[in-house]
Amino acid sequence: MSDIEKTKENLIQKFPALAEKTQITRETRIWTEIPFELFLPVFNYLLTDLHFNVLCAITGMDEVTQFSVIYHLAKENQLVVSLKVILASKEKPFINTITDTFPAADIYERELVDLLGIHVNGLKEGNRYPLPDNWPQGEYPLRKGWTADRLKKKEGGAPNA
Amino acid sequence: MPKKVRIPVGPQHPALKEPVSFSLELSGERILEATIRLGYNHRGIEKACEERSYIQDLYLLERICGICSHSHSTCFVQAVEEIAKLEVPKRGLYIRTLIAELERVHSHLLWLGVAGHEIGFDTLLMFTWNDREIVMDLLAETTGNRVNYGINSIGGVRRDITDEQIKKIMKAMDTLEERTKYYIKIATEETTIIQRLSGVGVLSHDDAVKLGAVGPTARASSVDRDVRRDDPYAAYGEIKFKVITDNHNDVYGRTIVRVLELMESYNIIRQLLQNIPAGPIAVKAPRKIPAGEALSRYEAPRGEDVHYVKSNGTENPERVKVRAPTLANIQAVAHMLKDRYLADMPIIIAAIDPCFSCTDRAITVKDLGQKSEGLMQWGDLRKYSIEWYKGKGIDFSNLKKI
Repeated sequence: MSDIEKTKENLIQKFPALAEKTQITRETRIWTEIPFELFLPVFNYLLTDLHFNVLCAITGMDEVTQFSVIYHLAKENQLVVSLKVILASKEKPFINTITDTFPAADIYERELVDLLGIHVNGLKEGNRYPLPDNWPQGEYPLRKGWTADRLKKKEGGAPNA
Repeated sequence: MPKKVRIPVGPQHPALKEPVSFSLELSGERILEATIRLGYNHRGIEKACEERSYIQDLYLLERICGICSHSHSTCFVQAVEEIAKLEVPKRGLYIRTLIAELERVHSHLLWLGVAGHEIGFDTLLMFTWNDREIVMDLLAETTGNRVNYGINSIGGVRRDITDEQIKKIMKAMDTLEERTKYYIKIATEETTIIQRLSGVGVLSHDDAVKLGAVGPTARASSVDRDVRRDDPYAAYGEIKFKVITDNHNDVYGRTIVRVLELMESYNIIRQLLQNIPAGPIAVKAPRKIPAGEALSRYEAPRGEDVHYVKSNGTENPERVKVRAPTLANIQAVAHMLKDRYLADMPIIIAAIDPCFSCTDRAITVKDLGQKSEGLMQWGDLRKYSIEWYKGKGIDFSNLKKI
């Protein structure tokens, strides 16, 4: 059995609920999808038991009916598990910070805040990223259906809008 | 105890290659804390990708960066090809890899010149940038462009390579290898370089891992990671090469890693050209990409590049996410700057490979004991310095005003 198949087996053995949502797309890629409530136990299991301890990136997505966040984690820089977390609320989406484990996640989480309006619990105060300081409140450009026309309607608007 | 001041460097700066803002808290010449503000170059490319077709996105993403343009376009097409289950012909993969390594050579030579410039060694800049022209000419001849090569297409590459071009590249590799041996000699034997770069911008192995550093920055702190070997893509699975690491953990180590990586790139290019298979260079790709998702990784000259692509069965992608290597490395910079002298700042920042030198445009003086803060204009700064020198027994006040 290959490493990636063992990873899938271990993951399903520990969390049987993931059986239907976990798939291998090629020999170094495995994808799984979980509800927000399961994030912490699955994340910790991947990190400490299966040694997926390199954070490649965090992708946020507006899937119209829900928000999701994908954590791309690598093991020995070879296998990559993409852990997709379906957020609990579409109206007030939030996640918990993982900067205690991965300080580098800070900038990726700030991106989720600015571009998608996903609140990150526990994220320290700091410079925003990547939008300008005078960007209007409540405008999240990476949300589906958002267009730059919305800025023109707002008083002041954003520079060069 | 010297007064603490906070100075901004950037976002617009005479020597900046890219806009970025550093806010440095100083005690005398020593940096106590550095905070970084990014985002000045954010152009909304991810959003724009959702509104354009895959082919349009390919050219848009190639323009994320002028230096590692091929890195982004390859990283993107790999993800799309994986979703569409396209099998790129081997000759196409070899040409893609060849351009990738030529790009690494031009990027590392560019960096070496910038590093020389930052430490006042402009002769090195002149030499390396002159040699870099050899690679730029090769890229222009094989792809049609010096930068933003446009060689990739979904399903392969757009231009084949001729036997004559292969001979020319092989010959150029011999020249560049000789030149690089000389740079290795300079980097390892020239006392001024060794002393100027050693112990500057220290990043321990544990800190590099913890802060998620990538590429030569991480490898110079003994982090043995390289996507080309660890998670092979394009033709790298068929090529033998060494992953260069170093244990100096500083700017000197980063220099050693890059000059030795140049030698490995010549080795890779030779193997590619000697073993390039005959056959087609691309397969036809559908306009509509079936629904699916893929994560693509690529070892760009500055480190690991990551693209995530989600398709929805139409001509446009549902989501494109880009994590460029500098975003991973910039976070280690704040750590490297801590407790270093201000004069080391340009080379520390340049050592991760966004390159800029240091001249302030204005200074915000903040007395940390008080709440007041003010922007010091040129006239105020002049007055302040005249008073400061008066206190030292030197009077400049009679000099003609500039």
